[in-house]
Amino acid sequence: MSGKTLTRADLAEAVFQKVGLPRNESAELVELVLREIVSSLERGESVKLSSFGSFGIRDKGERIGRNPKTGEEVPITPRRVLVFRASNIMKQSINNALSRRKAAE
Amino acid sequence: MIKSELIQRIAAANPHLYQRDVERIINIILDEIIAAMARGERVELRGFGAFTVKHRAARQGRNPRTGDTVFVEDKFVPFFKTGKELRERLNNSEGEGSSSTDFN
Repeated sequence: MSGKTLTRADLAEAVFQKVGLPRNESAELVELVLREIVSSLERGESVKLSSFGSFGIRDKGERIGRNPKTGEEVPITPRRVLVFRASNIMKQSINNALSRRKAAE
Repeated sequence: MIKSELIQRIAAANPHLYQRDVERIINIILDEIIAAMARGERVELRGFGAFTVKHRAARQGRNPRTGDTVFVEDKFVPFFKTGKELRERLNNSEGEGSSSTDFN
């Protein structure tokens, strides 16, 4: 897979290029969108973004784990974890694009 | 929260923007993430998480209803890994007790 990594700055740049808002405002909006998603999740609310995917919260009970180095048993405390489920549109566009590229190689 | 609610919340905080502009901005952000993954790139959003693509090898699968063996082609699947800060926030929000020595 190609090594390039996108960051907030690239998302802000896309908003700047396509909408024409000032750069700093584009960056603030990217931040605001992420913050709204985070605060929903923090309240235990799932976030469903059609044609993108959904973020849900799962409550995990206590279970016994092992320190892989020492083999020692340690309790893993109950916790909340985030699960992301990609939409079919996302899955398809990624798989189609990369399978096609692989076939062309 | 669904996308329309996200749009409303962002629009409420930015009264100088039209709601349809906010909708467009959110779609640009989401589409940009998908487009990057479709190029095989990763998207790393510090404090939030990282979107990456994993390659799954071809395998012999089974039709669970008939038990027939079927060939499943290799595929590329999107994957999200929660960022450290978000993971911690999910566990600290509604109260303490998150320290690992606290059993009850």
